[in-house]
Amino acid sequence: MIGGLFIYNHKGEVLISRVYRDDIGRNAVDAFRVNVIHARQQVRSPVTNIARTSFFHVKRSNIWLAAVTKQNVNATMVFEFLYKMCDVMAAYFGKISEENVKNNFVLIYELLDEILDFGYPQNSETGALKTFITQQGIKSQHHTKEEQSQITSQVTGQIGWRREGIKYRRNELFLDVLESVNLLMSPQGQVLSAHVSGRVVMKSYLSGMPECKFGMNDKIVIDKQSRASSEDGGKSGKQSIAIDDCTFHQCVRLSKFDSERSISFIPPDGDYELMRYRTTKDIILPFRVIPLVREVGRTKLEVKVVIKSNFKSSLLAQKIEVRIPTPLNTSGVQLICMKGKAKYKASENAIVWKIKRMAGMKESQVSAEIELLPTNDKKKWTRPPISMNFETAIKPEPTAQTRPTTDLQPRTRTTQPRTRPHRPPAQNQTTQPRTRPTQTSSPEPEPHSPEPDPHRPPAQNQNHTAQNQTHTDLQPRTRTTQPRTRHTQTCSPEPEPHSPESDPHRPPAQNQNHTAQNQTHTDLQPRTRTSSS
Amino acid sequence: MQEWANQLCENRQFGSKMTDSKYFTTTKKGEIFELKAELNSDKKEKKKEAVKKVIASMTVGKDVSALFPDVVNCMQTDNLELKKLVYLYLMNYAKSQPDMAIMAVNTFVKDCEDPNPLIRALAVRTMGCIRVDKITEYLCEPLRKCLKDEDPYVRKTAAVCVAKLHDINAQLVEDQGFLDTLKDLISDSNPMVVANAVAALSEIAESHPNSNLLDLNPQTINKLLTALNECTEWGQIFILDCLANYTPRDDRESQSICERVTPRLSHANSAVVLSAVKVLMKFMEMLPKDLDYYGTLLKKLAPPLVTLLSAEPELQYVALRNINLIVQRRPEILKHEMKVFFVKYNDPIYVKLEKLDIMIRLASQANIAQVLAELKEYATEVDVDFVRKAVRAIGRCAIKVEQSAERCVSTLLDLIQTKVNYVVQEAIVVIKDIFRKYPNKYESVIATLCENLDSLDEPEARAAMIWIVGEYAERIDNADELLESFLEGFHDESTQVQLQLLTAIVKLFLKKPTETQELVQQVLSLATQDSDNPDLRDRGYIYWRLLSTDPVAAKEVVLAEKPLISEETDLIEPTLLEELICHIGTLASVYHKPPSAFVEGSRGVQHKRLPGSAGSGDSVDSPDTASAAGVSEAPPAVIPSQGDLLGDLLNLDLTPPTATGPPPAPSSGLQMGAMDLLGGGLDSLMGDESEPLGGDLGGSPALGAGFGAPPAAMPASFNAPVSGGLDDLFDLGGGVGMPMGSYSPPKTVWLPAMKAKGLEISGTFARRAGVIQMEMTLTNKAMSVMTDFAIQFNRNSFGLAPAGPLQILTPLSPNQSIEAALPLSTVGPVMKMEPLTNLQVAVKNNIDVFYFSCQYPISMLFVEDGKMERQVFLATWKDIPNDNESQFQIKDCHLNSDAASNKLQGSNVFTIAKRTVEGQDMLYQSMKLTNGIWVLAELRVQTGNPNYTVSLKCRAPEVSQCVFQSYEAMLKN
Repeated sequence: MIGGLFIYNHKGEVLISRVYRDDIGRNAVDAFRVNVIHARQQVRSPVTNIARTSFFHVKRSNIWLAAVTKQNVNATMVFEFLYKMCDVMAAYFGKISEENVKNNFVLIYELLDEILDFGYPQNSETGALKTFITQQGIKSQHHTKEEQSQITSQVTGQIGWRREGIKYRRNELFLDVLESVNLLMSPQGQVLSAHVSGRVVMKSYLSGMPECKFGMNDKIVIDKQSRASSEDGGKSGKQSIAIDDCTFHQCVRLSKFDSERSISFIPPDGDYELMRYRTTKDIILPFRVIPLVREVGRTKLEVKVVIKSNFKSSLLAQKIEVRIPTPLNTSGVQLICMKGKAKYKASENAIVWKIKRMAGMKESQVSAEIELLPTNDKKKWTRPPISMNFETAIKPEPTAQTRPTTDLQPRTRTTQPRTRPHRPPAQNQTTQPRTRPTQTSSPEPEPHSPEPDPHRPPAQNQNHTAQNQTHTDLQPRTRTTQPRTRHTQTCSPEPEPHSPESDPHRPPAQNQNHTAQNQTHTDLQPRTRTSSS
Repeated sequence: MQEWANQLCENRQFGSKMTDSKYFTTTKKGEIFELKAELNSDKKEKKKEAVKKVIASMTVGKDVSALFPDVVNCMQTDNLELKKLVYLYLMNYAKSQPDMAIMAVNTFVKDCEDPNPLIRALAVRTMGCIRVDKITEYLCEPLRKCLKDEDPYVRKTAAVCVAKLHDINAQLVEDQGFLDTLKDLISDSNPMVVANAVAALSEIAESHPNSNLLDLNPQTINKLLTALNECTEWGQIFILDCLANYTPRDDRESQSICERVTPRLSHANSAVVLSAVKVLMKFMEMLPKDLDYYGTLLKKLAPPLVTLLSAEPELQYVALRNINLIVQRRPEILKHEMKVFFVKYNDPIYVKLEKLDIMIRLASQANIAQVLAELKEYATEVDVDFVRKAVRAIGRCAIKVEQSAERCVSTLLDLIQTKVNYVVQEAIVVIKDIFRKYPNKYESVIATLCENLDSLDEPEARAAMIWIVGEYAERIDNADELLESFLEGFHDESTQVQLQLLTAIVKLFLKKPTETQELVQQVLSLATQDSDNPDLRDRGYIYWRLLSTDPVAAKEVVLAEKPLISEETDLIEPTLLEELICHIGTLASVYHKPPSAFVEGSRGVQHKRLPGSAGSGDSVDSPDTASAAGVSEAPPAVIPSQGDLLGDLLNLDLTPPTATGPPPAPSSGLQMGAMDLLGGGLDSLMGDESEPLGGDLGGSPALGAGFGAPPAAMPASFNAPVSGGLDDLFDLGGGVGMPMGSYSPPKTVWLPAMKAKGLEISGTFARRAGVIQMEMTLTNKAMSVMTDFAIQFNRNSFGLAPAGPLQILTPLSPNQSIEAALPLSTVGPVMKMEPLTNLQVAVKNNIDVFYFSCQYPISMLFVEDGKMERQVFLATWKDIPNDNESQFQIKDCHLNSDAASNKLQGSNVFTIAKRTVEGQDMLYQSMKLTNGIWVLAELRVQTGNPNYTVSLKCRAPEVSQCVFQSYEAMLKN
């Protein structure tokens, strides 16, 4: 197991040193400084073995974190722990910088004592840690006996990521689906490999211990459902995605996902990443970037970059930013662009071209003349790739509206955004946060009577995949024709004005939609090095 | 550092007096003094700030141990933060002040009784970190209480504390019975307590290799699997790592565990994923390959492995190192995922290099075009190491995928045209390898290579170029000039280049003797007289002597045909690979070394093995129980069957002393040559052997000539086979062939008299001097004389057929027995039999035709040229899919590995390499059947353990079972 953990500044001075095992001596601290931090070469491996001692290192801005061991430890675990350590520190005091580390060294020691015992990582969820490791420090007297045992049961409990008794006046859940299209293209413009990696990031402000469910239009699920519903004539015409793989936050019940493909969980409080997924099938690239680079002598470079939007003309891409790297010895740049604004940023060694919005099936270009200083530096320019960022508002699928079945619906399909004009851009999952009926201590009165009410608006809206699991599960699923949520950022669990009445046209109660902003980051790697003239 | 402590002080805005920066610039003595005063201050805040300052100084490496008593005095506080700081100090300095550390004991003991579970846990946690012997005694009682504490938080801390205490004083832990308490915690209701108990037990078990500490049985496994669903990500890792040490009883249990572990593959924590992969990779070995679930599992493994590549770069690196192992063990998992290993621009260099390695491993005919296009791109990158590796990779592709060789060579030529120095040099090094793999195919490029001669400045490239010039001297007009130019700075060259130059010039001389006499003399004198390097001098002298005594022999030695290089020289050895697979996710898998190579002391020296494959019932026996059984048993003695006493007597007298003393290793090779020569000759004389024998030894004609001398001149061990051969030649009709090393089972009754009207046939098979013989005893138990014997075989698996008529010349009178040896050929009609080695025979005499069937040991079919080249062996081993591997155990065999190897060699099972790891000998063996099927074997022999494990790999897996049986027979007789 981990024998010791050191934190250094960029000069190699020790900021934190915690030794867990007897076999790690003080000299290990120096060995790492000499052999890794002060080494001339760039890091050739994140694991370094010096004199039979292994150092795992991670760098965050200017800070080095090194875990040390003399045993055959689980290397993956050590790195995961180091990242976790960074997350925990960031959650406590923000950015990991030399100053912050020094200012919080007592806290860091306290954390290290708690989350690493004899080199074994222990519960490292900030939600739980913050209940008893506080910067005030003098908390021990203030805890009552109940509080103490509540803390310990939470730290060791099954739901270590969430503390009990969270209360919000307004129950809210925000959800973002962020996708990056990763693309590798040959100099000839042929796509070598492409995949979309997506992250579902949530912000939850829910009371109690809410049971949530989340669904995707995952091909496996849809296929299963369409097979089941084929008898009652259910069309399986909606789009499903073949998800290659997904990984989940530890709050998700994995065995349930494995058996039923349903994502059920009790969410942590605040920000967290619920899941990541990867798809490779049918990726349609939203943009094409065509660079032309011509070297004119040794001191001049002509660059022309054309971008073509490849999606439907009815869609709009917003906040487009294209970043064109320039050589290090650039002395000046002249730019001409048809649309948007382009600027040369010397400090970033790049031309940044921004376009506010661009419709589908359009084309735009920028031309640049780059003046170079003659240098003797023989080192080649590494020719970093051009990168591009943009956002699109994704709209729900048209089918979502007309299907009265209980399928989990709209789901994300973001690489090829589909549109539904005049609809709130809420293609992503929504939720129905609700305090548990059992939780009588809730300051707000329960919005609905706990008895099943057949005319009640659906507690389990088809389109809402995150939901509060209550006894209302068995209710008849009345359909709203308006499955989408109101375009609001908040919702309240306060009694709805018409809540007991059945109002099929009313949007589901307490629905919360979220910024369905789709941030697509295209990492084009077009290998511009073959300068086409 | 001073500055930092200073700054730190200001940042934290210690009390007004303490922000005084002058305070920190005072001398060390004064500083300690001041701190002492503050520590003893009455004000709580001041005390706390002082302790913080002490900790700050400690962190930067200042010695503040002098403050020990003062700091310990601050321990009695209800301020948790202060308490923790004091504890931190204690952990660091207790060892240097053991006597004073005792002062702290009371507080600890008191804290262990505190109503607040957090404080109880803190006390027990810290106490375990104070490595002072005297304290440990006081620790026992509180620890015992804490292990049974009502609060799970205290229990989980106490569980780890047992491991801490064990690290300080293992005996104490055992005496106090803590291990049992710890074992009980595996059944705790709280998953985190379970996880920590598992972690602690696993670690303790590592230092007690033979203890039964982690008593893993289906019940505990079930508990662990239940806890797996509930505990933290870290706990899941501990449990999965522990599960990986378990060996399921059968494939069903294995499958059910796999089913419960697979959901972990979707965990966000990569360590959970990789540990799950480890469990699955290991348990998969036990699943039958034809099981549907087996295929499903294989498919499930690929996506999570690919997903690991989108993690942070450090994790990607660890994942890639592991994927490298997984791809070697089970290439089928990722064979369609080549593209994900394409290098990205912003990958750190260590990720790039690893990806490149995996790309080559996955390269196949199907994807080679893509791979080559990528590699060519990489070769124009900026990072020198990466570019070199990319160029080298192109060469490896050429060697691995024959169809791509031409394209690879042309790619390399393109790269040479770039004239980028290190690219050119690297390209030349790999082209040399390509020449060795495909001789006489791409020599047209030599001219291009020669153009770049001047730009080569690295020894490896120079040596490669010199090798090429020497090897193809006859095609290069100015070879002598080229080599001469190198000779000028001979002494400045590295040894590698010097040696290569010496050899190249000698080659040149042998090819063009007239023009280069001067050159060769020059280099020989440079090497022998002016050099201090013994290697170089020795090689020089050998050449010199060879050239001066017998130029023809020299030619044969120096210009002998070189063995082809194998496709994969960088493969990890199968045994090591298996061990590393058991260590997936850990440092061992990152370093690609067994833990014993980098871990000190007793930890981690246990060798882990994959469980045996399904189908071999007894292979899962744990070594412990196996070794316990039958140690005292004597090796089974040969029981000669009646009527063959003479043969056995001869056998006893004449067999080479296999059990007593192995013949020296080199002579075994020679023996081969001699045997081949004679055997081959005999075969052709008799015309019954279709397999061309002999010619497997390079330069064997010369050797053969040398050993054509009278048998008396041969080492004793040759005697038997040679005379046996002669014997067979002259005595074909005459019963018992002279025995030799080859194993032959005792005779058994094939045809009882009752069934054949009085004719009884018992017999056996033997292989004598390359000829398979069916040796029979025919007994007439009837009342009348038997004559006109004839024999015929039904079609059989290996095409065995009588090579001549059954030679029974005299009539067989009642109650008379006659020995008959029937030479067999293997060119008869073939039909697969069940069992494979079944032979159906028809015997005719003047009375009737009788039928019987018998089985021959497959070792009869092992031919004499079954010795594989090492490289070929390695490549073949890799090449044969793992599904074809089967593992067996041979019990109660009391030979050491050398004796076993010798014994097997007698039956044409050739040991190609031997490796000893931690008292375990691994013999890598090959054998070839008459129909050209190769069987590769790995025999593991552990000293003191009478159970051998033999793993067989063969393209025709049907034969494995038979081969195993004959292994057992050969070794035990």
